[in-house]
Amino acid sequence: MSSLYQVLSPAGELVGDLKGQLDEATMIKMYENMVLVRQFDRKSINLQRQGRMGTYAPFEGQEASQVGSAMALTPGDWLFPTYRDHAAAIVHGQSMARVFLYWMGHMEGSISPKHLNIMPSCVPIATQMVHAVGTAWASKLQNEKHVSIAYFGDGASSEGDFHEALNFAGVFQTPTIFFCQNNGFAISVPFSQQSASKTIAQRSAAYDIPGVRIDGNDIFAVWLTMKEAMQRGLEGKGPTLIEAVTFRYGAHTTADDPKKYRDQESLSEEWRQERDPLQRLRVYLENQGLWNETKETELIARVNEQIDAALVEAESYPKSKPEDMFKHVYAEPSWMATEQESELVKPSKQEGIPA
Amino acid sequence: MKRKLTMIQAITEAMDQKLADDSRIMLLGEDIGVNGGVFRATEDLIHKYGPDRVVDTPLAEAGIIGAAIGLAMNGKIPVVEIQFLAFIYPGFEQIVSHAARMRYRTRGQYRVPMVIRTPYGAGIRGPELHSESVETFFAHVPGLKVVAPSTPYDAKGLLIAAMEDPDPVIFLEPTKLYRAFKQEVPEEMYRVPIGKAKVVQEGSDVSIFAWGAMLRVAEDAAKQIERENGLSCEVIDLRTLYPLDRDTIIASVKKTGRAVVVHEAHKTAGLGAEIISIINDEALIYMKAPVKRITGYDVPVPQFSIEDDYLPTAERVKDGIMETATF
Repeated sequence: MSSLYQVLSPAGELVGDLKGQLDEATMIKMYENMVLVRQFDRKSINLQRQGRMGTYAPFEGQEASQVGSAMALTPGDWLFPTYRDHAAAIVHGQSMARVFLYWMGHMEGSISPKHLNIMPSCVPIATQMVHAVGTAWASKLQNEKHVSIAYFGDGASSEGDFHEALNFAGVFQTPTIFFCQNNGFAISVPFSQQSASKTIAQRSAAYDIPGVRIDGNDIFAVWLTMKEAMQRGLEGKGPTLIEAVTFRYGAHTTADDPKKYRDQESLSEEWRQERDPLQRLRVYLENQGLWNETKETELIARVNEQIDAALVEAESYPKSKPEDMFKHVYAEPSWMATEQESELVKPSKQEGIPA
Repeated sequence: MKRKLTMIQAITEAMDQKLADDSRIMLLGEDIGVNGGVFRATEDLIHKYGPDRVVDTPLAEAGIIGAAIGLAMNGKIPVVEIQFLAFIYPGFEQIVSHAARMRYRTRGQYRVPMVIRTPYGAGIRGPELHSESVETFFAHVPGLKVVAPSTPYDAKGLLIAAMEDPDPVIFLEPTKLYRAFKQEVPEEMYRVPIGKAKVVQEGSDVSIFAWGAMLRVAEDAAKQIERENGLSCEVIDLRTLYPLDRDTIIASVKKTGRAVVVHEAHKTAGLGAEIISIINDEALIYMKAPVKRITGYDVPVPQFSIEDDYLPTAERVKDGIMETATF
């Protein structure tokens, strides 16, 4: 871990320079957001187990990477999440009810709040990275002071689109931030088997763009690195590759059993005990006199209330109608879809047919 | 005297006029800038509009198409050139997983108005993988429109319509026709509507459906058979392959009662099967004979020593017409 850029040590001690950029209110907000999304994540897993939600991709352990990076953004920035980055989406302004809806199988779960550009969760690996180059490129050409951030995992760095995205962003100097959460595994394959390069950050050298490897469980390091990358982008100095080294405590998805391919319990326990992103910030805040048990209890109660309210909203969302599948395929529906839709809602012709 | 243009000149003019007309239009592709594109479709446009609007990209089809998707979502109208249809495969995932689906996934919140232009088809003595006709890949994907002009006039009008379309359009340019002939093309901007076929020649005995380079073959066969056998052929250029113009197809076969589909794409699951299916659904009782398909074969498009044996010829089309006429 020593080769990683770190500002807040796992013991909750400041080991780096805050550069006068982080005020107490922001630090407290960081902690509150991390607690919120962790509770959201745990709730989602429970809902899946209860059969109230479909297969779900958890992120517990990666809160500092997602919350820290998303908190650095401004409203006009473009956020391209994978299916594991709903914490980043929520912090950037996506409603928790929409995230629930997505995992409950509603297409409306992919709608971004107005005035925010939060893209739908991207399921194919690394493909959204090129889109983030395109939106950033358009921002640059239109003189809009906004960056685009693409989230991805270590496995995505093996895909062709990863390389094409970095290459394009370098050539056209787009304000794109490539934010890798390297949690060590691409489902069952460890990074050592994913790539012969020791790090993902070093790949930036091939495209002559800045690359930085940071402690992804240190939210201060994440936030400061993001701010620098954003500034670089907005000044016309092009993209940045950030490799945030982290670990996911749970499974790839609720349909996966990681015990088959890694020493799940001891690995998770080790990270949880020694490098947890929430714990270290809490210790730091407590030492600064900014946090205590009472505040913690109040916070947990408050976020659980918010999550429950979002769940009620999602579960009371009108049931999707079969004809909804025919909407928004084209600006104007094709004649085929219009006809097929009318067949769909027609009462069955089977009844009354003699044998 | 009215001026005449080749198809490639008509295509260049369409892009030139739209670049001047709409500042959101951007061209992207390999070698399209200084070199003017491998077929010179973008000749000189970089000098007129600059490298921010006519962009020489790295050699990376997923990168080009993926970046264009982002550009389109954020206010631009990208017109992508892929050098040959078979070179589109590395970008295929971007087309089907993203360009075609973004509107649907976001319930209309984000749109991807873009055009992907690419030469396609055989008959130009090209190397391997320069002559494919796999339009069915794209016609099968909801969210895409697929267009294939057969004349300079239609190429200009359809390309302008494609650049003004709110949805992603795959624009297939028959390579063989780029410089095959000239036609009168109006100087002003005009649109040929996407989704409308054209009755090229009216007739009463048999309907022939074709598109792209095969339209010429169909027309040749129709002329010959009229001369040789006195059969009157109605020749229809489909022009748009998705969505198909069902009304024109059905109106024609109701009149003639016989049909031949000509395409150079492989036979199995080619669009000919879809056209026959439409006829079965809507006009089966009007038909006097089964619909005949004259197509390329279910083999990779061969290299050029036997390329002509792969492609439908007027002779093969005539045989097909006679089969339906004498059924």
